[in-house]
Amino acid sequence: MRKAKLATRIFQYFILSIIVVVVFVPIVIMIFGALKTRGELLSHPYSLPIPPRWENITLILGQPSYLFWQMMRNSLMVMLSVTFGVVVICSLAAFVFSRMDFRGKNWAFNLFTLGLMFPINVAILPVYFVLRQMDLIDNLWGVIMVQTAFQLSGNILILRGFFTAIPAELQDAAYIDGCTAFDFFWRVLLPLAKPALAAVAALTMIISWNDLLVPLVVLNSDKFWTLPLGTMQFQGQYGQDLSLVSAFVALSALPTIIFYLFAERQIVSGLTAGAVKG
Amino acid sequence: MQSLPAIPNIFKLKRGTGSPRRFQDNLVIFLFLLPAIVLFLLFVIYPIFQSIYYSLFNWKGFGPAVDFVGLDNFKNILTDKVFLIALRNGFLIIALSLFVQLPLSLTLAILVGRDLPGRVIFRTIFFLPYVLSEVIAALMWLFILNPDPERGFVNAVIVFLGGNSQAWLGNTDLVLLAIFAALTWKYFGYHMLLFMTGLQNIPAEIEEAGRIDGANSIQNFFYITLPLLGSTIRTSVYLSVLGSIQQFILVWIMTKGGPVNASETMATYMYRFGFVRFQLGYGSAVAIYMFLICLIFSLIYQGLTRQPDYLTGL
Repeated sequence: MRKAKLATRIFQYFILSIIVVVVFVPIVIMIFGALKTRGELLSHPYSLPIPPRWENITLILGQPSYLFWQMMRNSLMVMLSVTFGVVVICSLAAFVFSRMDFRGKNWAFNLFTLGLMFPINVAILPVYFVLRQMDLIDNLWGVIMVQTAFQLSGNILILRGFFTAIPAELQDAAYIDGCTAFDFFWRVLLPLAKPALAAVAALTMIISWNDLLVPLVVLNSDKFWTLPLGTMQFQGQYGQDLSLVSAFVALSALPTIIFYLFAERQIVSGLTAGAVKG
Repeated sequence: MQSLPAIPNIFKLKRGTGSPRRFQDNLVIFLFLLPAIVLFLLFVIYPIFQSIYYSLFNWKGFGPAVDFVGLDNFKNILTDKVFLIALRNGFLIIALSLFVQLPLSLTLAILVGRDLPGRVIFRTIFFLPYVLSEVIAALMWLFILNPDPERGFVNAVIVFLGGNSQAWLGNTDLVLLAIFAALTWKYFGYHMLLFMTGLQNIPAEIEEAGRIDGANSIQNFFYITLPLLGSTIRTSVYLSVLGSIQQFILVWIMTKGGPVNASETMATYMYRFGFVRFQLGYGSAVAIYMFLICLIFSLIYQGLTRQPDYLTGL
């Protein structure tokens, strides 16, 4: 019996290790490419980058015409604004949907769940018309507002689930003590819902940071480009120099990976809550 | 958990219409919902109606739409061979996702199981591709799928094993498969995560009881674990289908829908007409078709999945 268990374990680790290798191959190839010179990459494409060459990295970070830092700043600004907007707007709406009563509540709520069926990839052309009418083309605010709007449905649903799970007795007690609805929301509900807010924030940050489609359609001038859009354009322009492009891709992946390692728990709980509720 | 029904009722009695309390509540409801509703109506709902309007015109996007063509755009789309390829590719990606990607994710979730030492590390690694942006994923796959074995790692491995290198993204027969490989690489971790959470929610005692009653592990899986995972599987299928229909960035960066439209998806088709050729009326009609497909699928899905759920009882 023990032997059988050991064999199962070995089998499990064997299969899982194969998948680990498959997951890492594209990432490792890119990192190797980034740490070689162009000539080294052409002559020894798959060898270890020993010694590592940091020229590509320093070039991208140091050369203003590559716009790396500017793209980073744009991405950061969009991400922070969208996350702030989503957390505030969604917790306000989720509070009303979970804790207040009014005529037409179900109707309004169903309207928002309708948004889950229309992902941005489907809606991008219609959204573009509206942005054009509002004169928000080539404007970071256009990106911010659209990304926020398309994050509402899912996150309202997630937060509503968390808010509903907070016992009604707390609300009764707060009202008996003379709290207004706003007091209850601000002093009782939000502090209790911090883990949920963190999950929503982490998830929104990832989605906004990674989004390419909205910036691609909205932003024309390179001074507004976000990191994903810039990465795509960089590949288009310098595609011949594989090691330079690899370095750019590696650098633009780095913030996400660092953030992921710190916020994995929040991202995972946001995603599973979203999927289960949705 | 719900409170005793009597207590909220007392409050409702006290707060009749016109009381200051009621007014305050209404104010909160109005102000709290206002930003969400404004943004949502403006950027999600209004565009739908606007594109319905534009889809009836032959419109290049300059000046007002005047060249009314009725339903011609809709008819032309259905007779365009490229759109039909895009539609077929959508269904192919759905089929591959459901019959390859989801079983793979489920198998891995079960392999990791509840108590494998190091399961969290495996989860962290497998989920990493999901967190990376589609741009980064697409570029990395573009590199390793390079037709030259001196530059593309996949071909290098194949040549090393004695096979012939392939132009993965230049061959009309292989391109969709290559893109599907990249999609699976990026998304299997997400489905695996869902399945791991689902498995976590199944009490180990139930499987234990099955074992005591004499079920072997295969019977245990098919008669106990799988049915109890029902709601997770349904969620996974739903997200997979909706995701497959609207695949865009990965395809656009890797192939732009080529070669000769072999990897076109509905989203790349719409993008091409909307943002490359600026045939905005026609593009709007494509968007409407995609809306309808998503809507119909969602409604059918919701109708089909209103079955009793073993664990949640919903």
